[in-house]
Amino acid sequence: MTLLGLIGGVIQPVLIVGGAPLLVGVLRQVRARLEGRVGPGVLQPWRDLRKLVGKEAITPRGTSELFRVAPLVLVATTLVVAVVAPFVTTASAADPVADLFAVVALLALGTAVLALAAIDTGTAFGGMGASREMTILALVEPTLLVAIFALSVPVGSTSLAAIVSSTLNDPARVVSPVSLLAAVALVVVIVAETGRLPVDNPATHLELTMVHEAMTLEYAGPDLALVELASAMRLTVFLGLFANLFAPWGIATSAAPLALLVGVLALVVKIAVLGALLAAAEVFLAKLRLFRVPELLAGSFLLSLLAVSASFFLA
Amino acid sequence: MLGLWRKIRRTGRIAEPAPPAPGDRVEAAAGLGGSVQIRHVDAGSCNGCEVEIGSAFGPVHDAERYGARLVASPRHADALLVTGVVTRNMAEPLRRTFEAVPAPKLVVAVGDCARDCGVFAGAYGVVGPVSDVVPVDLEIAGCPPRPEAIVEGLRKLTGR
Amino acid sequence: MNLAASSFGAAVSIGALTAIIGALATARSRSTLVGIGTATTGVAALLAGGAALTGESFSLAAPGLLPLSGVSLTLDALGALFVAVTGGVAVACGVYGVSYARHGLDSRLVQAVFPLFVVAMLLVPVASSVGTLLVFWELMALTSLLLVLAEHRRRPAVASAARWYAVMTHLGFVTILSGLLVFAAHAPGDDFAALREAEVSPSVAALVFLLTLAGFASKAGILPLHAWLPRAHPEAPSHVSALMSAAMVNLGVYGIVRVGFDLLGGGPRWWWLLVLALGAVSAVYGILQAAMSTDLKRLLGFSTTENLGLVLIGVGAAGLFAAFGDRVLSGLALAAALLHVLNHAAFKSLLFLAAGSVLHATGTRDLDELGGLRAGMPVTTAAFGWGALAASALPPGTAFVSEWLLLQALIHGLPADGGADAIVMPVAVAAVALTAGLAVATFVKAFGVGFLAKPRGEAAARAHESPPTMLAGMGLAGLACAVLALAPTLVLPAVGAASGVALGGEASAVTGTVTIRLAGVAGSLSPLMITLGLLVAAVVSLGVLRAVAARRARRTARLWDCGGGPLSARMEYTATSFAEPLQRVFDDVLAPEQDVDVDHFEESRYLVRAVAYRRAVPDRVERRLYQPVLAAVAAWGRAGTRLATGSVHRYLGYGFYTLCGLLILLAVTR
Ligand code: SF4
Repeated sequence: MTLLGLIGGVIQPVLIVGGAPLLVGVLRQVRARLEGRVGPGVLQPWRDLRKLVGKEAITPRGTSELFRVAPLVLVATTLVVAVVAPFVTTASAADPVADLFAVVALLALGTAVLALAAIDTGTAFGGMGASREMTILALVEPTLLVAIFALSVPVGSTSLAAIVSSTLNDPARVVSPVSLLAAVALVVVIVAETGRLPVDNPATHLELTMVHEAMTLEYAGPDLALVELASAMRLTVFLGLFANLFAPWGIATSAAPLALLVGVLALVVKIAVLGALLAAAEVFLAKLRLFRVPELLAGSFLLSLLAVSASFFLA
Repeated sequence: MLGLWRKIRRTGRIAEPAPPAPGDRVEAAAGLGGSVQIRHVDAGSCNGCEVEIGSAFGPVHDAERYGARLVASPRHADALLVTGVVTRNMAEPLRRTFEAVPAPKLVVAVGDCARDCGVFAGAYGVVGPVSDVVPVDLEIAGCPPRPEAIVEGLRKLTGR
Repeated sequence: MNLAASSFGAAVSIGALTAIIGALATARSRSTLVGIGTATTGVAALLAGGAALTGESFSLAAPGLLPLSGVSLTLDALGALFVAVTGGVAVACGVYGVSYARHGLDSRLVQAVFPLFVVAMLLVPVASSVGTLLVFWELMALTSLLLVLAEHRRRPAVASAARWYAVMTHLGFVTILSGLLVFAAHAPGDDFAALREAEVSPSVAALVFLLTLAGFASKAGILPLHAWLPRAHPEAPSHVSALMSAAMVNLGVYGIVRVGFDLLGGGPRWWWLLVLALGAVSAVYGILQAAMSTDLKRLLGFSTTENLGLVLIGVGAAGLFAAFGDRVLSGLALAAALLHVLNHAAFKSLLFLAAGSVLHATGTRDLDELGGLRAGMPVTTAAFGWGALAASALPPGTAFVSEWLLLQALIHGLPADGGADAIVMPVAVAAVALTAGLAVATFVKAFGVGFLAKPRGEAAARAHESPPTMLAGMGLAGLACAVLALAPTLVLPAVGAASGVALGGEASAVTGTVTIRLAGVAGSLSPLMITLGLLVAAVVSLGVLRAVAARRARRTARLWDCGGGPLSARMEYTATSFAEPLQRVFDDVLAPEQDVDVDHFEESRYLVRAVAYRRAVPDRVERRLYQPVLAAVAAWGRAGTRLATGSVHRYLGYGFYTLCGLLILLAVTR
C-alpha cells in the first residue's frame, strides 16, 4: 500500500461525492441552455440534496428493512468503486482488491438491490421499474464484460490500474480499432446503465415510460437524497472510468502535490466535458420504445464482440 | 439533426429576463433553501390552468431557473400545485396526496377555481375550494393565472 | 489405516446402518434417527474428503465382494473433492430432513433409501475400476429414482417426472457402460490404473470419450440431455432435490474430468471444444428458461443446468489449454470449474432447502401465488436471499468468485494460442457474461416476487416459519456459502490439489491468503476486503447522513397508490409479468406460446365479458429433439401391434420363420 494509493483512496471518493451532484447540475444546465432556457445553475442538485436531507423520512406501510437499506447499499457500492478504481491516481490503495470485473459486479449489485427494494413496495410501478431495469441490466452486462475483455487482452490483465498505465505508456493504443469499437460499445452501455436518453428519460413524469424513476417513486427525504446522490455518483463513476480507460492523460502517477492537483483537475475537466457532450447529445434524441432498447444493446454487444476479435487479430 | 442544431444556434436564449424577485416569502418555505420540488394535482380543473403551468415551466418563463422543479411522485415533493375546484372524486385522492408528501410540505392553490371555486361555484359534484380539503399556504389568482403570476408565486416559495 | 480411510469407512458404514435403522425404526423416531445418521455420514465424509485433499489417500481392493470384477476403491484428491461436497450437502440435508421428512416422507422405504443414496454418491467418486464405478453409478440412479417417486401419491406429475428420469438416467447408464467397456476391452484390465496405462488408438479414445460424455453430461443436466432435470428436481422432496441438484449432478462433471483428463489423459482439441460448446449452450439456455419459470423449484432446476454449463465451460477451457500445452491456464480453468462445483453445491442446497421450507409452509411452488413471505418466515427469507445473492454472481456472493476465476482463465487464454481460440474464447466469455446478467434478473425475480412485496395468495399470507431443524439445515448451507464467498482462499488449495490430479501437475493455480492471486498470470481479487469495504462505506454513509439529517421522526405512511383506492395484491407485478420484457427480447429463442381469448357480450363486440390469457414457455430443445423421437417410438409401437394379432398360430409361425432365417444366415456365413 503506497502513500499515493492512500491519498488517492481518500481524495477519489471525496471528489466523486462532492462532484457528482455538480455533474448532474452541469448536465441539466447544458440541456437548459440548448433549449433556450436559463437553467437553475449547476449548484441546484446540491440545494436539492441539502433540502431532502432535512425532510421527513417515510416508511411506506408494508415495506421491509430491505427498502430502507437499499439506498445505503447503493451508495456504498459506488463508494467502494470510487476508492478502488483509478480516477485521480493509478496507484489505488486497494488495486489488488478489485479489478474491472469486480467494479462492474459491484455496480450491478447496487442496481439489483434497488430493484429488490422497488419490488418490496408491492406497487405496480415499483415492479414495473424493477422488471425493466433488470431486463436492461441483463442485456448490458454481457456487453460490458466483453468490452472489458477487449480492453484487457492487449494488457494481459483486468486490473484497472494496469490497463490505464499501459495506455499511458502506449498512447497509440487509444486510436486502435479495438479501443474505438470498445469505446462505442461502452458509450451505449453507460447510457443504458445510468438511465439516460434514449434508453430512459431521467426527466419524465409519466410512470408508464419510466425505468429508473419508477423504482424510486416511494422514496422520500433522506432516503431519496441517498438514491439521488448514488445515481449521480454512478454517472460520475461511469464517465470517469470511461475517460480514464480511453484518455488517461493527466492522471497522477506520483504522490507529489502538483501531480495530484493535476490529476484532480484532469478528472474534473474530463468528466465535465463528457457530461456536457452527453447532455448535448440528449437534446437531439427521443426516448426509444422500451422494446427497441434491446436492439440498441444487441448492437453494442456486437461491437464489443468485434472489438475482442480485433484485439486478437491485431495483437 | 443539423437542422436542429442550426435552429438552436439561431434561436439562442429565449427565456425572458428575470423580473425582480417578489419580496414576500412564504414563511413555511424558508427551510427549503432555494429548492422546491412540486407535484401537480389536478383536482377538477378545466385544464386552462395546466396550460399556463406548462408555459410557466416552458423556455420563455423558465420557472426552473428559480429552483422549482416538477416531480413525478408526491414523496419527492415539497409542494403541491393544486388546480381546479375539488370535485367529489378528487377530494379523497387530494387528501391522500397531501398525506403522502414528507414534511415540511406546502400547498399552492393555482387559479380562481382552486381559491374559491370560480366559475364552478355551486356546481354539482363540487366539494369546494382547495382550502376546504387541505391547508393552503399560497394562492395564485386568475382564471387562468398568467404564467408570470405562477412564476411569481413559485418564487415566493423558492426565495430566488 | 489413515484418517481418510477410517473416516471414509465410518461414513459408509454409518450410512448403511442408518439405512437399516430407517427400515426398522418406529414411525415416530424414524425421521429423526435417519436425519441424524445421514448428517453424521456427511460429517465423516467431509472429514475423509478433507483428509484426502490435504495429502492422504487410500486404496482398497476386495476382489471377491462383487462378481465379475470385484470392488476396488481409491480415494485421491480429485475424488475427495466430490466426496467432501457430497458430505457437506448431506450434513445440511440430513439436519433439514429431521423435521421436513415428518410430513408424509417418513415411510420406511423413503427413510431407508435416503441414506443409501448418500452412500452411493460417496462411493461413485471413490470407485477405481470400471465395474465398481458402474455398480455404484447404478445404485445412485436407482436410489435417487425411488426418492423422486416419494410423493407420487400426492401429485400425478411425480410419476411422469420419474418416468422421464428413469428412462434418461438409464440411457445415460447404457452409454457410460458401453463407453467404459470399450475402453476396458482395449486395456489390460478394468481398474483405473490399467486404463491409464492402456494404449488406445485415437478413434477408440474418441468413441470412449463421446459415449461417456453423453452419459455424464446427461447426469449433469447438460443440454440437450437435460430434459429429466427440470422435471425430476421440482417433483422430488426438497431435501432430495437439494442432494440431487447440489451433489448428484456434480458426479457428471466428475465423470467427465476423470475419464477425459485422468484416464484418457486429455485429448485432441475438438473434444474440449465440444465440451465447452455444450457448456456454453447449457448455461445460456438454462438461465433463460430459469428466467421464464414461475415454478420456484423448476427455476432452481434450470439454474442447475446453467451452473453446470458454466462448470463445463471451465472444464472445456481447461482441456483446450491442456491440448495447447499451457499448464498454467489449464490448471486455472479447471480450478475455476471445480470451485464453481463447490460454490454451486453450497448455494443450490441452500436455495432448495429454502424452497422446501416455502413449500412446507404454503403448499405451493408457484411464484405467482407467493410473495410477502418475509413477514411470516423471516429466516427462510434471509436464507433464500443469501442464496439468491450467491447464485446471481454478485459480490459478496459465492458464485462471483468462481465466475471471476473462470473469466480470468478465459481472458488470459486469448493471446497465447492461435486459430479457433480467437473465436471460442470471446464467445465463451460472452456466454458467461450473458449468463451472469440473466442470473441477476432471474434471482431478483425469484427473491423479489417470491418473498418480498405483498402476498399474492391465501397460502402465502398464512405462511409460518419452519421448525428449528429445518432452519438449522439452511443455516449450515448458508454458513458454507459465507465461508466460500468470503474466504475462498481456504478451499482453493484443495481445489488446486484436485485439479492437479486430473491434469497431472502439482502446482496450485492460485495463491494468496486474503487476496486471491493468480499464479503465472496477472489478476487478483479480495472478496473479503470488498465486503469489508462495502460495510465500512455503508456505515460511513449512514453516519454522515445521521449527522447532517434533520432529527425528524420517521413516519409510516400508506403506499403511494396515486391517490386512488388501496393497492391490492392483484395489481402487483407477478413473476410472469416480471419476466415478460425478457421473454419478448428472447422471443426467437424461447418461442413462447400465448393465447388471448376475448369473450364478448351478444350485443356488441366492444362489451367484453371475460378475457382469458394463457402463456407458456415450452422447453424448445425438448420439443424439437424429444418429440420426434417419442413420436417415432410411438409409431413403431403402433406398427408393432399389427404383428400381434392374438393368434397363437401366428406367433408360432414367427418363431419358425425366425429360426429358419437364423439357420440360413448361419449356413451362408459359415
Ligand atoms: S381557474 Fe379558470 S382556467 Fe383554471 S381551472 Fe378554473 S376555470 Fe379553468
